[in-house]
Amino acid sequence: MSSETVNIPFVRLAKRESMDPRKVWAIRIGSIVIAILLGMLPMFITGNNPFKAYQIIISGALGKPIYIKQTIKIAIPLLGCALAIAPCFKMRFWNIGAEGQITAGAIAASYFALNWYDKVPSFVLLAIMFIAATIAGGIWGLIPAFFKAKWNTNETLFTLMMNYIIIGIVSWLQGGPWEGRKGSQIIPMFNDSARLPVVFGIHCGWIIVLVLVILMHIYMNYTKHGYEIAVIGDSENTARYAGMNVGRIMMRTMFLSGGICGIIGFIVVTGANHTLYNGVANGVGFTSITVAWLSQLNAFAMILISIMLAILTKGSNTLQTKLKVPASISDIVIGILLFCMLSCEFFINYKLIFRPRKTEIKEASV
Amino acid sequence: MNSNIAIEMRGITKRFGKVVANDSIDLIIKKGEILSLLGENGSGKTTLMNMLAGIYQPDEGQIFAEGEPLTIRSPKDAYECGIGMIHQHYKLVDVFTAAQNIVLGLKDEKLDLKTINSKVKEICDRYSFIIDPSMKIYDMSVSQKQTVEIVKVLYRGADILILDEPTAVLTPQETEKLFTVLRNMRADGKAIVIITHKLNEVMAISDEVAVLRKGKYIGTVKTCETSPQALTDMMVGHAVTLNIDRPKYDSQFPRLKVEGLTCVDDEGITKLDGVTFTAKGGEILGVAGIAGSGQKELLESITGLYPIKQGTVDFVTDEGKEKNLVGLTPMQIRKTGVGMAFVPEDRLGMGLVGSMGMTGNMMLRSWKKGKGVFLNRKSPEELAKKVWDELEVVTPSTSFPVRRLSGGNVQKVLVGREIASLPKILMTAYPVRGLDINTSYAIYNLLTEQKMNGVSVIFVGEDLDVLLELCDRILVLCGGKVSGIVDARTATKEEIGFMMTTVGGKEAADVQ
Ligand SMILES: Nc1ncnc2c1ncn2[C@@H]1O[C@H](COP(=O)(O)OP(=O)(O)OP(=O)(O)O)[C@@H](O)[C@H]1O
Ligand SMILES: [Mg+2]
Repeated sequence: MSSETVNIPFVRLAKRESMDPRKVWAIRIGSIVIAILLGMLPMFITGNNPFKAYQIIISGALGKPIYIKQTIKIAIPLLGCALAIAPCFKMRFWNIGAEGQITAGAIAASYFALNWYDKVPSFVLLAIMFIAATIAGGIWGLIPAFFKAKWNTNETLFTLMMNYIIIGIVSWLQGGPWEGRKGSQIIPMFNDSARLPVVFGIHCGWIIVLVLVILMHIYMNYTKHGYEIAVIGDSENTARYAGMNVGRIMMRTMFLSGGICGIIGFIVVTGANHTLYNGVANGVGFTSITVAWLSQLNAFAMILISIMLAILTKGSNTLQTKLKVPASISDIVIGILLFCMLSCEFFINYKLIFRPRKTEIKEASV
Repeated sequence: MNSNIAIEMRGITKRFGKVVANDSIDLIIKKGEILSLLGENGSGKTTLMNMLAGIYQPDEGQIFAEGEPLTIRSPKDAYECGIGMIHQHYKLVDVFTAAQNIVLGLKDEKLDLKTINSKVKEICDRYSFIIDPSMKIYDMSVSQKQTVEIVKVLYRGADILILDEPTAVLTPQETEKLFTVLRNMRADGKAIVIITHKLNEVMAISDEVAVLRKGKYIGTVKTCETSPQALTDMMVGHAVTLNIDRPKYDSQFPRLKVEGLTCVDDEGITKLDGVTFTAKGGEILGVAGIAGSGQKELLESITGLYPIKQGTVDFVTDEGKEKNLVGLTPMQIRKTGVGMAFVPEDRLGMGLVGSMGMTGNMMLRSWKKGKGVFLNRKSPEELAKKVWDELEVVTPSTSFPVRRLSGGNVQKVLVGREIASLPKILMTAYPVRGLDINTSYAIYNLLTEQKMNGVSVIFVGEDLDVLLELCDRILVLCGGKVSGIVDARTATKEEIGFMMTTVGGKEAADVQ
């Protein structure tokens, strides 16, 4: 008996059945508090005052109107891209190729920005760029879905690989056909007519993504398409039984997802960068997965989460310049925060069972 | 007397949110006896046993073993107390062999195959199991998998065995084998609890019967002093009549003509071989056969879910015109106005969306209806309420995920939806599997009612007694071929049993 009691692990996991929503939120808030406390550690170690550091992060992100504008500029593509991948994830189609789909949209938009800026009025040009970006991103998303529907290829690998192809294409454009000054490896800046108008001091991309939030919420919850996506995510067999054409729905959803990513690409090149380079997506395609997951695919929650991540990103940039801490330190702080928030979902779904005290073991083994 | 008690549960209460699944239940499990746990769907049987198996902890009450209080916090604790539970859904690793699965998770075991094999063999011999320790799980039939689960539990030294609806997926022959094993274990002094909805099994195997009703403990009776009728009354709480009415529908007419239907699976194995029959409006056509004789493929190919290699399937309209269904998708079939309803065997994996509530599941039939891009939620919601009401589904609301309903209630949602579509053909695969006796009869009555409305009902079943009592004709499948079609009013169980194993049945045997 005694040898067996030793074998009881100190702690083990069990899946939770369900949880009081109030408790769930308590855990979420608690995890953020823990994250903030843990985040103090690296700053402490590097000899900085953690409270001051947090203050810099906050004031660096929200302290002045211009900072707020910059923070919002960071949040726009994150939010838009999280909206784009939400339907795929709901369908359990793991699209991690948003990065490439953004880039594809950016290329298509840039083509018209560079070649048609003097041919049509600004408004028409932007409309053409918008449509071209949507279609290009959509096609880039459609390709892996087509292969999955026809030959059941693995979408995770496929979408990931598609990222590298399109980024390679931009590098080639940069150094080749679209190069500005010979040898510069840089594509020229867009003409003014190919830049997004500014509303309240920020390019109007924020209006586009807010409209997308509402549209996506309606699409996922009130339309036939949204229902099809939810059924497929639960069981493909049930979807087939209900008469759904699973392959076609997958392709359609990926076209939509890629198309929205393409729009984000359009916003980034016309609103923020005013040019195209191979880092145009800047990791947004991956970070937005975190946004989508943390907000549990809820479109409105994505607004909050993307702004929070933007505050962290912008604030830690300031931290670097003000306290002269290396970039890696602020990356570590962001990493800790994300880790805590993602792992709190784990504690919501699972519970820990600790080894019972000695007396209880005795009872249990009679 | 006291030393005879293996486990005693006192005042056990378990709540899930607002639902009281178990309401201060007292239960005594005795060594060397087989106890049947009986109750309608959702009466809390599985929940109560899960507390012994360490899956849930009671909110109130105490479990005792040999008079000592016992705390069971996890399945592992349960093993250490000698309690082993065989769940309805087997938890085996498909790519492992039987022996690997049996020792899986055991730490202090010297994992050499020889000792394991000999220990497994010893257990098998003692209780007359048959099992090949080196066989992979994916090569096994359901009953073999069940055997592995039982051996796994015994290997861990369980003295108290709990089986949750073990016979639901077994053929009558397999059930008989299982019962032999259980009787051997009883003789060996083990305490056994078996949950089953089949009263003939309760009468055949158990020493005592404990009855639950709506989460409450009603009482325990000796099997030899009771009868199926008395048990049903105890379960339901009032007297019920247990017989299937079989009226005849006078103007039967051909509804579905199937000729030479042949289907081949991905690996080139023939699943259906030249199946020919006509299903009539106003009759219940039973389909009998050993599990895996092509029942699933038959229904799925007719509904457009399984590819047809050869043959014709024609739907006969009310005007007598024949419509070909071969090569159409389920949606195309639905669009041509062929009213076909299908209750598949795999309820949550094919017929329903587990994560959605009743409303979302009602929509599965109507989502495409109506113009425009938006879903119509109103009429599915009304339908959900209607089914909830009429079939007495136990659920907190129409948006509660159906995955978390008890087995019987899941089936009610599915059958309710299919019947509400006002079909011309109603196909059901094992519609009463896992349902309590009262609900089963409710389903039989619903099917008969459909028949009397002129619907052509196809009923794939496993219980020959029920098939003989309920159906008008019975089609017997044997290895994908039609072994024969008999009149259910005159056929005998033996006759059908013979046809299930030999194509052509008696005639074929006579010729040989
Ligand atoms: N995890 C859960 N969450 C919420 N409710 C639950 C859960 N498990 C069971 N219930 C509810 O508790 C009640 C008892 O369920 P249980 O599964 O124990 O019934 P049962 O007697 O085994 O029924 P069946 O014969 O259909 O298997 C049901 O009303 C069910 O809906
Ligand atoms: Mg149960």
